[in-house]
Amino acid sequence: MNAPILEVAGLGKRFGGFVALEGIDLTVAKGERLGLIGPNGSGKSTLVNCICGTLTNETGSVTFDGQDLAGMLTHERTRLGMARSFQLPRPFASMTVADNIRVPLLYAVNARRGSKLTEAQIGDHCGELLRLVGLADRMRHYPRDLTQVDMRKLELARAMAVEPKLLIADEAMAGLSGSEVHDIVSLLITLNERGVTVILIEHIMSAVMRFSQRLVVLVSGKKIADGNPDDVIRDPEVERAYLGQ
Amino acid sequence: MRSGTFLIVAAVIGAVIFAIARVIDNEYVFFAGYTVLQYVVLATAWNILGGYTGYVNFGSAAFFAVGAYSTVFLHKLFPMPVPVLVIVAAVVSGLVGLGMGYLTLRLRGAFFAIATLALAVVLQTLVVNWNYVGGSRGAYVIRPQTIELFGSYIQYLFFIMLVLAIVALATARAIERSALGYGFATIRDDELAAEASGVPTLKLKLVATTLSGAFMGMAGAPFPYYIGFLQPQSAFGLEYAVNSIAMPMIGGTATWVGPLVGALLLGTLQQVATVTISSAVNLLLVGILLVVFVIVAPNGLVGLVKSAFASKAGRKK
Repeated sequence: MNAPILEVAGLGKRFGGFVALEGIDLTVAKGERLGLIGPNGSGKSTLVNCICGTLTNETGSVTFDGQDLAGMLTHERTRLGMARSFQLPRPFASMTVADNIRVPLLYAVNARRGSKLTEAQIGDHCGELLRLVGLADRMRHYPRDLTQVDMRKLELARAMAVEPKLLIADEAMAGLSGSEVHDIVSLLITLNERGVTVILIEHIMSAVMRFSQRLVVLVSGKKIADGNPDDVIRDPEVERAYLGQ
Repeated sequence: MRSGTFLIVAAVIGAVIFAIARVIDNEYVFFAGYTVLQYVVLATAWNILGGYTGYVNFGSAAFFAVGAYSTVFLHKLFPMPVPVLVIVAAVVSGLVGLGMGYLTLRLRGAFFAIATLALAVVLQTLVVNWNYVGGSRGAYVIRPQTIELFGSYIQYLFFIMLVLAIVALATARAIERSALGYGFATIRDDELAAEASGVPTLKLKLVATTLSGAFMGMAGAPFPYYIGFLQPQSAFGLEYAVNSIAMPMIGGTATWVGPLVGALLLGTLQQVATVTISSAVNLLLVGILLVVFVIVAPNGLVGLVKSAFASKAGRKK
């Protein structure tokens, strides 16, 4: 196993009296493709939000690439190389597709490099990313003109523009057709082959099984399984969580 | 057009405007022109926060008044030339903007708007109870009749406001085309996605509140010399808060052109209405126009023109 890129230890989060996450331990190795599943309300998105800094965890710690993230704001974590795509696409509606990609280049990449990319470099990066996701011919369009699958691709392209070490794709395939799901999984695998560690949170099991090298299951804010995908889905506890007693 | 070239072109246009006003040789032109230009600065300043980042400021009058009262304070303490007073007002109002930004960092939408309104009420209460700057009874600031180079003092004030308008417009335009402009737009569109893209949203909000406040204060700094007698009701007047919002909304908030068009149109209309009908009808006019534009052209005149061009281009295809 490669060195860890992400280490979550004893992480806990409450919303008032409701325990959303309790004692979550999770280690993700560099270059790994991890699937994270669980029924609705199991705490998957809360975990992502705690890792990315959108929510503050009450207990435990998150370490990214050897750095403790306690007290670090979301944009600071992004600048370290942690990118995420959202469950519902959140494009910058007033900007063209190309400008949506430009933002992380201007802010995250420039900050990490400590120098400014030139206009030509920004243009090249935008073009390359949009070609990769298949949106090169729509770079002058606005998000409102895109289809659902294109919107998802834009979301992934914008996350990729951060030049991430870790990409967290939160239900990137919700609402897509079978062939569109296939496209997105292929895209995520391509990104992983380029050296990006990917955590995929998803309900579509065919996509999860095709994508994941390791599978983690959350139920009611607790981790109940972690291991080889084929073994995990046969785990009686996982079957109980999904199918009932 | 590069920012330097834009500044030169704007300066040339400004020089032409000033020359024409001098040729007309009527003091009223300078009085009316000063007010219109003052609104160009106020509307542009409001748009830096309200238009670019989407944070609606209902307390423009407070920043304008901070600028005006810093002039009154210094006029009594240690009289200085107006350009210096403008710079001091920018610093003071900018700091008030920064403070407001800090206090309202986590507020959004209507809550932010209400907080800015509250700031105006708090500052007005402070000024009303501050005797040194005249308190509720007001303060006289007698301007000299003449000044070297310009002759009439009102021409001098007009010139200062013209320069401020050019600086405000050039700054707004430069922001729009910079990384800062992209950052502001991401805040307006989606703050969560902005943070996830590496944009330091809290820091940029502070930059926006500071810049916006500073320009509003600059607009207010020469005001005591213009009006001669400053009282809280006039410095914190409703017309500043309403016009600062209405002018960019009517012109269009997405670009620097919108506040300019809105301020020129509405400011001129108000001056004409003041002379031909009554000064009391000003805000009624603004209100009617604002309602009409919100319904008919929510993106303002600039948006209306853009969509007309877009549909024309679409028909050609």
